[in-house]
Amino acid sequence: MQDSQVSLRRPFRRWWRETGWRHLVGAAVVLFCVFPLVYVFSASLNPGGTLITANSLFSNFSLDSYIELFNRPQQPYAAWFLNTLFIGLSASAGSVLLGALAAYAFSRMRFTGRRFGLITLVLVQMFPQLLAMVAIFLLMLGIGEVFPAIGLNSQIGLIMVYLGGALGVNTYLMYGFFNTVPTSIDEAARIDGAGHARIFFTIILPLVSPILAVVALLSLVGTLSEFVIASVLLRDPERQTLAVGLYQFISQETSQNWSIFAAGAVLAAIIPVALFLLLQRYIVSGLVAGSVK
Amino acid sequence: MVENTTSGPKQPHSMKQTRSQRQAAKIIDATSMGWKLILFKIVVLGLLCATAVYAALVLFMNDRWLIGSLVVLGAVALTWIYLQRGALPAKYLAPGLVFLLIFQIFVVLYSGYVAFTNYGTGHNSTKEHAVHAIMLQTQDRVPDSPTYQLSVFEEAGELLTSDELYFAVTTADGTAMIGADEQPLEPLEGAVLDEGRVVAAEGYELLSFAELLNRQQEVTNLVVPISEDPNDGYLRTQDGQRAYQYTSRYEYDESADTMTNTETGEVYRDTGEGAFANESGEQLMPGWQINVGMDNFVRAVTEDSIRGPLIYVTLWTFAFAFLSVATTFILGLFLAVVFNDRRMKSRKYYRLVMILPYAFPGFLSALVWAGMMNQEFGFINNVLFGGAAIPWLTDPWLAKLSILIVNLWLGFPYMFLVCTGALQAIPEELSEAAQMDGAKPFQAFRSIKLPLLLTAIAPLLISSFAFNFNNFNLVYMLTGGGPRDVSAGVNVGSTDILISMVYKVAFVGSQADYGLASAFSILIFIIVGTISVIAFRKTKSFEELN
Repeated sequence: MQDSQVSLRRPFRRWWRETGWRHLVGAAVVLFCVFPLVYVFSASLNPGGTLITANSLFSNFSLDSYIELFNRPQQPYAAWFLNTLFIGLSASAGSVLLGALAAYAFSRMRFTGRRFGLITLVLVQMFPQLLAMVAIFLLMLGIGEVFPAIGLNSQIGLIMVYLGGALGVNTYLMYGFFNTVPTSIDEAARIDGAGHARIFFTIILPLVSPILAVVALLSLVGTLSEFVIASVLLRDPERQTLAVGLYQFISQETSQNWSIFAAGAVLAAIIPVALFLLLQRYIVSGLVAGSVK
Repeated sequence: MVENTTSGPKQPHSMKQTRSQRQAAKIIDATSMGWKLILFKIVVLGLLCATAVYAALVLFMNDRWLIGSLVVLGAVALTWIYLQRGALPAKYLAPGLVFLLIFQIFVVLYSGYVAFTNYGTGHNSTKEHAVHAIMLQTQDRVPDSPTYQLSVFEEAGELLTSDELYFAVTTADGTAMIGADEQPLEPLEGAVLDEGRVVAAEGYELLSFAELLNRQQEVTNLVVPISEDPNDGYLRTQDGQRAYQYTSRYEYDESADTMTNTETGEVYRDTGEGAFANESGEQLMPGWQINVGMDNFVRAVTEDSIRGPLIYVTLWTFAFAFLSVATTFILGLFLAVVFNDRRMKSRKYYRLVMILPYAFPGFLSALVWAGMMNQEFGFINNVLFGGAAIPWLTDPWLAKLSILIVNLWLGFPYMFLVCTGALQAIPEELSEAAQMDGAKPFQAFRSIKLPLLLTAIAPLLISSFAFNFNNFNLVYMLTGGGPRDVSAGVNVGSTDILISMVYKVAFVGSQADYGLASAFSILIFIIVGTISVIAFRKTKSFEELN
């Protein structure tokens, strides 16, 4: 509609040459972006649907699949959802805290081994934890023999493993942002009698909150989708996460319960999508600073 | 490392402070920290030490002296760091470092160790365990052997007890003996006997009849060695009241290190391959874990059924990562240029829609696309191609194309956002000036904006390459690595990348080979390490660190 107003003011050919064709490209991109999402949403509203019936989009409109989703003893969706939230939030909060502490040290203090530490972190960043999945599995197997509470099949154990990757992924990103906060602020606070802990918690942390939000969000979303380590460590269906559970759901039932899977997928996606849309401004700045999802 | 003397942010805690400055800092710290923080510190350190002491005790009781000592050392080091004044950087770095050292650095070294063993299905324990396991699997009740009066006990007390079960029996001469899984019978002190049956024992608690019924499965599965020598046989029970002697068909000769089948007389020897084998090479399973040296690496490069797939998968991993970066970057850049025009309205809404594929969890996108690309029932074949049966995910080449298409969908929003950011940072005057001088818009873009953009984005392209190099979720959820290559000696398909191959060798199917999988991991480490060193050399990122 806006376009037609524009075309009233500008001759159509000129409008087309300047911006009209861009809208055409835009429409094609929107179609490409949205159609898998529309497809999965429509499939979720089609109770009892299989892959083949999901092809007629929006032929049905019922929330029964969402209800059915929570009443399957073999696939405890509610437990998966809560597990994922618990693991994701804990790991993300822990990562932010550990990363911020380390970034503060690297940014504000000068000590032997500092440059070596920074270079090591940049290198460690290149080696994601999942490369060592076999060793992580065997380590947790060994820990589980002595301390079942934090070994194999334990969510606390999984969170600890995720925290092991926290420094490598986040510190460097945070370090760059910490450096943009002028040190004169610290000095002023120190003259006023604040100790290092007070400066860190009450002065620096609020100032760097945009990067904290980005790191928290990215590590939350990262943990929500993490499959390899979660599938290797968590064995009981009751303790698994959405990624592991939904994958097994789909590989056991292939195309039979497609509608229920679609409902599960829609619910699982709500939180990350909402967070992304709300915080998109921060995220874009974080992306440009060098993080990958 | 030398003390840093560059002009970075100021040096609040350098060694060069004067004495009075240091004193002043101490006073400031002491007054500003407040009693709450001190209390917090003491409570946390107390909890930490208590946990460490408990952990060390349990570890020492399990004869794990090395790890137990490391736990103690770690706890002492942490306490020392936080209780003294100074060492401020260590205080801030220690929490993250502890996790980093265990779950990132140590596991890499451990992968290196596992790569030199035959660890995997059938080889996951010690030789002693393997001998026991073989004998346990092949048991028969000894004909005419005596019946033992049996009582089932568990450990008494609350602290540090396991729920392990014990068999207490009386021998022919009336002495009471007790034993458990992998704990041979030994004389029981302080046993109370009633009609030849043990009814009470110091430190143990008799299982009531109800408990016995409750844990029936455990009781009937329990196998207690009669003595240290596995050839003496084992005690087993069917009802929790009477136990019988069982012996194995195999006899272990410790001095000759052989297993003999007592029925056929066949002799199995330890051939140095982690299992007992007879003359014709037939192995008794389970075997045990041994160090096999470079064997896994040698197998990977000499055995045709592994070498072929490994080379193929490595090449595809590079091709996949490179093509993914190239396609997403080209589309992202194109869209960024198209939408980077101030005259265009409602750009904000386009951008919002384009974030959606990026925001949607990656593993779900891959699963949804896998449904849409299904050959028989999928949306793409049935609706878009009017019922054609295009094998999107089952043809070796089409499956590769499908993976790239889906990764384009997943990845172009990121490139679009990043390119838009970089484009907006380049001053508009540059291309305007070029156009004044007579350059066509595209020419101006190619020779002025593009080089600037590429320098800004190069590090992101490198990390995107590294990310896709290990993009496990997409490959595993979309095609499962398939279609499977049936000629290969390992479970691998034509869309598998290195990381998904490691996963499948180690965790998918009934035969796990942790040793070979770790050898593959080490290979990936070497490849990724080489690439990143070259990349960092080129971009000179290290020099910016200070």
